[in-house]
Amino acid sequence: MKRKMIFSDFFRNNGLVMGGMLMGLVGFWLIFLIILPQLSMLDYSFRHNLPPAELGGPKDVYTLSNYQHLLYGSDTTHQSYNTVDLKVFLRTIFAAMMVTVFNIILCYPLAYFLGQSKGSGLVRLLVVLLIIPYWINEILRAFALRIIFGENGLLNEVLLFLHLAEAPIDFIRQDIALYAGLGYAYILLMLFPIYNVIESLDRNQIEAARDMGASWIRIHRRIVIPHAKPGIASGATMVFMLSAGALAAPQILGGPSSLWFTQLVYQWFNDSLNWQQGAAYAIVLLVATITIVLTVMKLFRVNMGDIGK
Amino acid sequence: MTSGVAVDLDDIWIRFGDFVAVREANVAIRGGDFFSFLGPSGCGKTTILRAVSGFLEPSQGQVRIGGRNMAGIGPNKRPTALIFQNLALFPLMKIWENISFSMEVTGASVAERRKRADELLDMIALSGQGDKLPSELSGGQKQRVAIARALCANPDVLLLDEPLSALDLKLRQHMRTELREIQKRVGITFIYITHDQGEALTMSDNVAVMKAGVIEQIDNGHDIYDHPATPFVASFVGENNVFRGKVIQINGNEAVIRSNRSGDLLSRITPAAVGKLRVGDDAMMFIRPEVLQPGAAEEDGRNTISANVIHEEFEGNSFSVLLEGEGGKTIKMAVPNAGQDKISNRGEMLSLHYAPANAVVMPAAELASE
Repeated sequence: MKRKMIFSDFFRNNGLVMGGMLMGLVGFWLIFLIILPQLSMLDYSFRHNLPPAELGGPKDVYTLSNYQHLLYGSDTTHQSYNTVDLKVFLRTIFAAMMVTVFNIILCYPLAYFLGQSKGSGLVRLLVVLLIIPYWINEILRAFALRIIFGENGLLNEVLLFLHLAEAPIDFIRQDIALYAGLGYAYILLMLFPIYNVIESLDRNQIEAARDMGASWIRIHRRIVIPHAKPGIASGATMVFMLSAGALAAPQILGGPSSLWFTQLVYQWFNDSLNWQQGAAYAIVLLVATITIVLTVMKLFRVNMGDIGK
Repeated sequence: MTSGVAVDLDDIWIRFGDFVAVREANVAIRGGDFFSFLGPSGCGKTTILRAVSGFLEPSQGQVRIGGRNMAGIGPNKRPTALIFQNLALFPLMKIWENISFSMEVTGASVAERRKRADELLDMIALSGQGDKLPSELSGGQKQRVAIARALCANPDVLLLDEPLSALDLKLRQHMRTELREIQKRVGITFIYITHDQGEALTMSDNVAVMKAGVIEQIDNGHDIYDHPATPFVASFVGENNVFRGKVIQINGNEAVIRSNRSGDLLSRITPAAVGKLRVGDDAMMFIRPEVLQPGAAEEDGRNTISANVIHEEFEGNSFSVLLEGEGGKTIKMAVPNAGQDKISNRGEMLSLHYAPANAVVMPAAELASE
């Protein structure tokens, strides 16, 4: 009943033609760009990788074998686990979580500073300066970091010059470059949602708490962080999802031995030309990240609706 | 009634760069007083309040609370509690948590906080509403919660920054009485900031009227209204008709001014100007609309103003008559409603008179609202 009213209101406010066009575009987006591709991936993930001649033939049946491959590898007896891929999977999830936490810790104070010192031209300039590097392509940015973190890179030269290190540090092999690159790649997606909610916080609430004797820690714990929670949640969701699904940074900044789960997916699609297997891996990653996001949101009592605000 | 704590402002100057927000403020507020700062927006009254609460330090001068110099003492350490214009209730905390926040800060147990919050909720007639969120309360209820929250810490001085301005008229009038009663009950010093003269006059023991950073007059409401010290006070507090002229005669506390347009007018000299006004000075005379009465004065040629009626409005308890005096000067007259159909006809020439004791004269000054 209520839903029906929303639709009739929508058409009344926008007119039939405009309303229909807007509805159609949203529908197109939803169905053709989100739902159908995902369904097609899901379908792929349950099929065998068959040569074209056998498609539609008696062998073209649904199977769980692609998912089993992630768990047990090519071992058909299911005796030993596919430790290589599973390790990569868990490491990817864990590292994406760490990147997210790191970004929250880094962005919260910055967002608080930007959000509460409103109106000043210096602050606006600062925000612009933060955005400028993102005008450059993500891959180029990753290469730039590779140059900075390289064996003869800027960072090593500075460390050697200051005698803080005796020999060049291999940031790439130790994955420091990878985590720094991932952390930097999506940091604005963390900063701006938090900045927006903190900017909307009534300054008087902070002053009122201070007037009542609250310390800075308590003011943040009781007033600012609860208010900023939806912003933190939406930033964390985006950074986590995108980090877990990142490809450019791991490809360029990852050490020779380290693999990101998306690289496995990429290999299945691109090198092995086994789309079915790749689709299964991608679906597992998608379901895992969604589950984690929903669990964490439940844990911190954030509603899905608050995030959209 | 407990005796409250006195607040003294001693030669306070507050500057923001080149701008002087408050100039040489000297105010002695007695303990237990309901004291108001009244003035138009931007006059520096909120700045004074922030200096008392500790959110800013005066550029010069001393704030003393209970005789103690407050220099260098932060807002969280002063015995004051501030009620913000927008109340600044914490929207994500329940009412009882809001009220007892100052106890949470000092580490009181949940049971203690709950108990105190319930006591205060009883006092503000909101018993049993402690588990609601601020968004579930009406404007007047939120108002009372903000008061309870400020009182929870047992402050010596309660500071109120136009807390009633967001309420509708009826509620505002009701809250005036209620605030006054709460103040009497708790007996602490209230410092109230407002641009609404009705609020200042009805609630306060004493009022400081401010203009552009300067305190123009400190007095009780009655004296502010009847014996304004400056032309600004006379015109800002209540309505007033202004007449300019030269002083032609002085008899003790009375002066006759020869108005440029309305003939000779006799008036009482406002106490602040007694002894300062001399024959030949430029002067201003103020007559309130309710002091003017239709009909010529008994004394010939004096204290009579003639004017044409522009229009008349019926305001329920009174008739408000707008007239045009000689030289196009607008004059306002208010006549109590005693059952008349009307007072005047449009375009009619009326003679108005007033009792000299009810008008005030003072040295002339620039007046923006004239």
